[in-house]
Amino acid sequence: MAVATASKRTAVPNRLTHGRLPKWAPWVILAGSWIVMGTIVAIVGAADGAADFNIGLAVFLGQILFLVAVWVIAYLVEGGRQAKDRFVTGLVGTAFVIALIPLISLAYTVIVNGAARFDLTFFTWTMRNVIGEGGGALHALVGTLQITLLATLISVPVGLLTAVYLVEYGRGWFARSITFLVDVMTGIPSIVAGLFAFALFALITGEAGFRSGFGGAVALSLLMIPVVVRSSEEMLRIVPNELREASYALGVPKYRTILRIVIPTSIAGIATGVTIAIARIIGETAPLLIIAGTSKSMNWNPFDGRMMTLPVFAYDSYTTYGVADKVAQQDRAWAAALLLILIVMVLNLLARLIAKFFAPKTGR
Amino acid sequence: MTATATEPGKIRAKARPGDTTFFGLAIGAGSLILVALAAVAVFLLAEALPAFTADTTGMNSSPANFWAYVGPLAFGTVWSSFLALLFAVPLSLGIALFISHYAPRRIAQGLGYVIDLLAAVPSVIFGLWGIKVLAPAIVPLFGWLNEHLGWLPFFAGQVDSTGHTILTVAIVLAVMIIPIITSLCREIFLQTPKLHEEAALALGATRWEMIKMAVLPFGRPGIVSATMLGLGRALGETMVVAMLLSPAVVINFVLTSGQNPSTIAGNIALQFPEAHGDAVNILIATGLILFVITLVVNSFARWIVARRAAFSGAN
Repeated sequence: MAVATASKRTAVPNRLTHGRLPKWAPWVILAGSWIVMGTIVAIVGAADGAADFNIGLAVFLGQILFLVAVWVIAYLVEGGRQAKDRFVTGLVGTAFVIALIPLISLAYTVIVNGAARFDLTFFTWTMRNVIGEGGGALHALVGTLQITLLATLISVPVGLLTAVYLVEYGRGWFARSITFLVDVMTGIPSIVAGLFAFALFALITGEAGFRSGFGGAVALSLLMIPVVVRSSEEMLRIVPNELREASYALGVPKYRTILRIVIPTSIAGIATGVTIAIARIIGETAPLLIIAGTSKSMNWNPFDGRMMTLPVFAYDSYTTYGVADKVAQQDRAWAAALLLILIVMVLNLLARLIAKFFAPKTGR
Repeated sequence: MTATATEPGKIRAKARPGDTTFFGLAIGAGSLILVALAAVAVFLLAEALPAFTADTTGMNSSPANFWAYVGPLAFGTVWSSFLALLFAVPLSLGIALFISHYAPRRIAQGLGYVIDLLAAVPSVIFGLWGIKVLAPAIVPLFGWLNEHLGWLPFFAGQVDSTGHTILTVAIVLAVMIIPIITSLCREIFLQTPKLHEEAALALGATRWEMIKMAVLPFGRPGIVSATMLGLGRALGETMVVAMLLSPAVVINFVLTSGQNPSTIAGNIALQFPEAHGDAVNILIATGLILFVITLVVNSFARWIVARRAAFSGAN
């Protein structure tokens, strides 16, 4: 077939394209495999008396048939090496598509289930004295915003200053050990951060059952600081040295050079990093479950008493019913999940937009 | 200091108060990280110490000794993470190769963002998704595995009808660590020297042969360290395990039964809100052990990266 198309253009058989499958061949084989396996699964399913068509099985078997078929056909036409190449190409593409399945399924599930209770009541009510339907997550939303804000207020100055130290001042063993410790911090499991905050406040206050929103902010800071340090450090490093030297040559002190030249040049990248760090910690559940606890009522004071947050609200609603209406609880959990995923996506989008429109001026 | 100051011909800059203050702030922030980590270790140890000798009979199980209590949990932690790696590493390598070497240049970066989206999803939502979608969907597969491969110890015994088994957890964990491993591998693969790749192609290699000869050998240390970092994340993952596993105090390798070893993190999340007295100390002690395990795994990963940076002649 390849020879036929080639001869149409050049009249002489082209030796370079001889013995090659045409470009569309893999796609045709893919479609063919799916159709064949779909038919087989449908027939076997009907014979077994299954009510509905098992699409997952059909696609799975179709994909296997495709990989086998593409190898066999390529082996016959193009030889063993090309066959292997095509087989791996198919495998790699399959891997990518497999990774998309949970993403799509997750987005679909959260939107479909979350939409049921994504209404005004959800944003204006707390769960105080709510047993059946209704009720909302206002207390959790307020808690999440307060704790995240506090964590950001702790983490950004500390993280940014550490990055400045590492890039502008850091030499020798002290800077190296800080770099190492930031690496260690990146790997702290979130639940350990929660336990640390609990141990810290339990020892300081002497209360064995201590819970507060501020403790949650401390735990989240522990997770957020290394992210901020890493991203800010990277951004500060790409500020060209010529800018610093020009500033020094004009007699500007080092601290003013950093504050007026280095940081403004890289501010977009730093903002992107901070936004991504916020997006990462706003969905943290485990540490807040430990140290901020759960609550049904509004708590405006992060320094005293239990404080509900959105991820914990989703977890708690889904897993504990008590006397409450199970379906209503689950609907609320899904609505909280939808709200959470929207917040995270908006933050990520914001980060990308900042990175795109205020790209660091590298002078190149 | 004094030696440099008296050195002839060297002019020292005037010490400005602004400069000293700012330097003090910067080094203070750096030291704070040091202090914070030391505090994590000290406070966890202080709260955990009573546990090592404590009587654990009051916990959710019978073993009366702390190490007997933490053993099955540590096993479950490592076992579930290992299973997750088993799924995640081949897939991640495929995805990373797809983005770095197979996808059309113009859309490759966009595809990378799509995979990164998976990393942005909070773990509690993965837990909800696992309960609602994955667990019910996977039960028929468990039945099939049990029926046809039941002679293997992994699929033996009674199948859990809810699908809340360690295999389900491992699949969700795999989904969660795929973006981490993928993004690291992708970056490493893109760093392969262009000349190596072009040399391979010029010798008539197919794309796969080029990857096998040039890209994979170059990226091998990076792949190992990405795997270890993914493992570190999987070890500490809490909510998915807490929500999606039917735990029991056992050590077994069965993947499809309702008797699953729990993990340290998942166990803490389930027990801590209700815990009081000694139980709190015991749970914090298990957390300390988790911290040590992840620390070892992560340090190993960093060590491999550092070794590569020192010996690689490519850059």
